[in-house]
Amino acid sequence: MNQSQNTKPAAALVIQGLRKIPLNASILAPLVALILLFAVSSLASEYFLNARNISNVLRQVSYTGIIAIGMTFVIIAGGIDLSVGSMVALVGVIVLYVVNTISDPVQAVILAMLAAIMAGALFGLFNGLMVTRGRIAAFVVTLASMSIFRSLALYFTDAAEVSTRNPIFSNVGGGFFLSIPIPVWVFFGLAIVAHVLLFHTAYGRHVCAVGANPQVARYSGIRVERIVLSTFVIAGLCVGLSAIMLTSRLNSVSPSDAGYFYELDAIAAVVIGGTALSGGRGTVWGTVIGALILGIINNMLNLTGVSPYLQGLVKGAVILLAVLLQYKRTP
Amino acid sequence: MTLSRVLKMAALATALTGTAGLASANDYHIGVTVPSADHGWTAGLMWWAQQATDELSEKYPDVSFTVLSANSGTAQVSNVEDLMIRNLDALVILPYNPATLQSVISEAYEEGIYTVVVDRELETPAQDVFLAGDNPGLGEQAARYIADELGGEGNILVLEGPPIPINSQRVDAFNRVMGEYSGINILASQNTDWNPQQALSVTEDLLGSNPQVDAIWAGDDDVLVAALQAIEENDRDDIQLVVGGGGSQRVIEMIRDDHPLVKGTVTYPPNMIASAIALAVHGVKGERLGDMYHGIPSRVILAADLITADNVEEFYEPDATY
Repeated sequence: MNQSQNTKPAAALVIQGLRKIPLNASILAPLVALILLFAVSSLASEYFLNARNISNVLRQVSYTGIIAIGMTFVIIAGGIDLSVGSMVALVGVIVLYVVNTISDPVQAVILAMLAAIMAGALFGLFNGLMVTRGRIAAFVVTLASMSIFRSLALYFTDAAEVSTRNPIFSNVGGGFFLSIPIPVWVFFGLAIVAHVLLFHTAYGRHVCAVGANPQVARYSGIRVERIVLSTFVIAGLCVGLSAIMLTSRLNSVSPSDAGYFYELDAIAAVVIGGTALSGGRGTVWGTVIGALILGIINNMLNLTGVSPYLQGLVKGAVILLAVLLQYKRTP
Repeated sequence: MTLSRVLKMAALATALTGTAGLASANDYHIGVTVPSADHGWTAGLMWWAQQATDELSEKYPDVSFTVLSANSGTAQVSNVEDLMIRNLDALVILPYNPATLQSVISEAYEEGIYTVVVDRELETPAQDVFLAGDNPGLGEQAARYIADELGGEGNILVLEGPPIPINSQRVDAFNRVMGEYSGINILASQNTDWNPQQALSVTEDLLGSNPQVDAIWAGDDDVLVAALQAIEENDRDDIQLVVGGGGSQRVIEMIRDDHPLVKGTVTYPPNMIASAIALAVHGVKGERLGDMYHGIPSRVILAADLITADNVEEFYEPDATY
């Protein structure tokens, strides 16, 4: 199962026994679950395989999926980021502010997107600095910043929803390219970039090494703090992207509601995808599959009209089953 | 080992879809989506939505319903998208937050789906019917009742809801009426988010800082119940009257049982969703209401009724959850 990558002698010791081949049990199990779920869903509802439905599901998945990709890096490096949902709201408020302030519609949208990416990175940097320089546990830092970001979003808007009359803004997240929604392109494009970053660069191996054992990683010359910090920035960047897609799809932002519980959906997607919450190993493809599983469950429950009271139970049960399935395979 | 797990999962999934498969295609398919039951009023909403769809699908066999709930505005956007896949003829929606839902409701409406928007109005109208309760009326009725009961004089605490338009409509109307009474003094007006736990601590704080209080107005009946608890725990006998808003069955029962403090509340009925669903049934078929000479009205505002011991029986519905 384990495979050593003898690239650098110093890092080899650390990496040995940590890195796994992408296609092992921990990625196969969620894939099997996804295929099963897909098959069951298409039998359960005649509407499921409808092209528009598939495109809807993919779009619904993409907002949390994009965030889950960033979350994968944070979790592999041994951290957690609970602030992503609130950050979506705050970045969304910033996006709408920029869009509404600049009069030229094209300029406004471009600058708003840049502002979103920068703000996301900045908030991620804040989380990362608190974790690395402040030496506070990531759970505590992001629990606090979850509250701070949401509060700022509410303060700047007086808790009111903000919408825009910009004529082209809604084409970003609401638009289509080759009849596939743009957020879906962003989601899958980002997944490919993230996968390459995680599996085919020294940086990716360092992230895994830091998550598996920070002490050993430090002794083998990896700048642990810098790696941890960078994973939070990546998470922030992803939140920025997601906020652009979400607010432009809705042409508005609700500071109390945007990104509500996204942190839980993102963490669930990462965990279903086979990434260990304790850090050290995980895959981007697993996370993508995890996000798809969650999205299909939601969609199937809505399509088949399962009692709204029971939907939470089904979702919870499927998360547990998906995770049980894989942890038994990799003791 | 794994195979059995896979089988278990498949069994679970089939069991679920089996129960859901009972709802088959009818002539008219009406989709309903409401915010999930995060407080008493929304729980009542869900109860009434299911009650109404059960009753109406029995009465009109050519109509079928799907009822969904969402715990956020974005989740409700997905609800509407998913409903639209299923050959929807009518959509009844109580939007979690109007601006977030605006674009997707417009999409449904422009596709020719008969759309009924309930309670929270869209900025750009995209509906056949808008149906709501009377928020300013709720504040007015409560204020008049309190002022009359106190004889136009007294100190009042106000327990508000979250900073959303519905709350400010209620509170502004309340304050406007109270402004007519020079003897009425509003000591404080605080946000409780319509959440009982928060209402309990807010009321405790307000009682602590205000030694002489004659009446409390809670913009929501669950908040009223929490406020009562704070009053009892603090042994306050200066308070003569606690008035609510909404019309929950618990408060209606108190009024019915001659509670010493709770003698009145004003309706903002969660069964407005039931009326909205009924309107959609007739609207989608192009029918008229009763002997009306016109089609379904485009705006329906339900009255805010004051409930006191005199008329409490009309509003008593022991099975309802709110």
